[in-house]
Amino acid sequence: MSLLRRNRSLAITVAALAVLFATFIAIHPRGFSTYVLTIWFNQGALLGLAAIAQFFVVLVRGVDLSVGPIIALTNVAASYLLVGSPASIALGVIAVLALGAICGLANGVAVVYGRIQPIVVTLATASMISGLALLLRPTPGGSIDETLSDALTYDFNGVPASAILLAVVLVALYVPLRRSPLGLRMYAIGSSEQSAYMTGVRVGQVKLVAYGASGIFAALTGLYVSMVTLTGDPGIGPAYTLNSIAAVVLGGVALSGGVGSPLGAVVGALILKTISSLMFFSGLPPLAQPFFEGLVLAVAIALGAFGVFQIRNRLELYR
Amino acid sequence: MADPAPTARVHTPRPRLLDRVGLSVVLLALGCVALVLVGALVYPAFLTPGYILQQLQIASFLGVIATGAMLVILLGEIDLSVPWTITGTAIVVTNLAGSPDGVIADLALPIGLATGAAIGLVNGLGVALFRVPAMVWTLAVNAMLLGAAVFYTGGFKPQGAVPSLATYLALGHTLAIPNAFLLWLALGVTTLWTLHRTVYGTYLYAMGNSQRALFLAGARVRTITVCTFMLAGILSSLGAILLTGYTNQAYQGMGDPYLMPVIAAVVVGGTSILGGSGSYVGTFVGAIFITLLSSILAVMQMSDAARQIIFGAIILAMLLAYRSSEGNAAKAG
Repeated sequence: MSLLRRNRSLAITVAALAVLFATFIAIHPRGFSTYVLTIWFNQGALLGLAAIAQFFVVLVRGVDLSVGPIIALTNVAASYLLVGSPASIALGVIAVLALGAICGLANGVAVVYGRIQPIVVTLATASMISGLALLLRPTPGGSIDETLSDALTYDFNGVPASAILLAVVLVALYVPLRRSPLGLRMYAIGSSEQSAYMTGVRVGQVKLVAYGASGIFAALTGLYVSMVTLTGDPGIGPAYTLNSIAAVVLGGVALSGGVGSPLGAVVGALILKTISSLMFFSGLPPLAQPFFEGLVLAVAIALGAFGVFQIRNRLELYR
Repeated sequence: MADPAPTARVHTPRPRLLDRVGLSVVLLALGCVALVLVGALVYPAFLTPGYILQQLQIASFLGVIATGAMLVILLGEIDLSVPWTITGTAIVVTNLAGSPDGVIADLALPIGLATGAAIGLVNGLGVALFRVPAMVWTLAVNAMLLGAAVFYTGGFKPQGAVPSLATYLALGHTLAIPNAFLLWLALGVTTLWTLHRTVYGTYLYAMGNSQRALFLAGARVRTITVCTFMLAGILSSLGAILLTGYTNQAYQGMGDPYLMPVIAAVVVGGTSILGGSGSYVGTFVGAIFITLLSSILAVMQMSDAARQIIFGAIILAMLLAYRSSEGNAAKAG
């Protein structure tokens, strides 16, 4: 019970997801089936991984506008590298992840050593990285190894592979974030950079690790995009950047840093995806769907912020 | 200034502020000159007055929108609804102007500006009342505007006519100087006056520095936030009206290419993205710099990919240059 009380906001988000998902299944013309569940999880995993990438940067009090471009770049790189023998595919995966890490670290270096605000740094690098993606592949194309793609986008005995992937990632992240000094230092920096510095945390290095991790998860997203679409497309970036920010906020990650978990970010991403799938099957005219998607997003965010009306002393609103 | 005491308390000491503001503006102006010279090497017509005036005309559209963005950034917030505020206004204006009813057609421009104010109101209320981070709230507003525009137009190119006043403002010349640039100059002078000679301007800078302190000082923090977002919306709409006049049409996604350059113009101009510091002169030169940069990259017939890479690299380099010169100044001082 105390576990529930401590994670009240996360519990509410998960409950919201459950309600949305039940509605989605109820109005889905084919009802509940492994197929529907797999498609839903595949879509959710794409944004979920992107949200984790965004989470790491937001955790250390930044925001990453280059998440989408890194996804596009790694997706494009994967469309060149993920072919041939299993060994060369494995090398390709490593190369793609390394590419993501380099992009993330480049952001981190500009933030830590250049002392420029993260939002501005990633605004500039976003332009450069999407330029690179466009340079590598001006139009969508390329090919991806289909055996690997099939393995990662179908299901094992009724459990979607993407669900397993997300679960593995979340479990693997729990210990380093919540039980290791490195993870706790990230939370500390997000809560108060100055206090963290005073306690002897090497703020710069820890931030670099966070930005690097963000790059790796963006690369994972790029890889998974390749698995789902089987091509490399340089134009997929912008939607991912914006949705990943919306997802982490929905999932209870504070943009002011230091609060939230990858699980929250993934749940936020699943909520966003469910909302747009709901719209698809809702019978609303297709042209009206984007508006309601936006409206639901705005209402969800405003509801999440309803706590401000319970605050008695208005001074607490201002930092 | 008649009574310098109240501003002095809120601002950092005056000479220092001017020094710093001067530095980024000087660097930027040098950058503009360098860009024109490089451009002239590739394309000699770059140095003719006609070409430069044309660049100033194009820069005016970016500059007007960046003025609104700067106000919001000074506050310590950000407005990501700029793209569809532009497109939405353009759709509203051309639709009304194309109406057979003369009265409605005449009201096209005022209603267009009111559209921007209404969008700004929604932005401001979300940020001020619900305390949602502006980055997320204005993003959601942008998504709704996109949806509303798609629903209203059916996804087709919006029909209608462009008001003649918009064409006159965007394309006309007075004494060989583009009207758009004159309008931007007038707006710039007004903005400078507002920022440095009115209580509202002082509040803007103060709020960017510490909302909490300003609240304790008894200022109406929420009202200021809402008003600033509304002003930004109106200015985005004004920019949109100029753009419809310039391109003689409204089209889906016409505002999309403006979000990043607008923020870049403000930030390259030396305004802190955290709010509370920055000069309008910087934003003014910043808008010209960004316009020159993109037009030179276009003239050099670079591929879109190379253009994006160079664009990002130069912005990053400018910011790093400010940082390092700031550091040196601090050491020297």
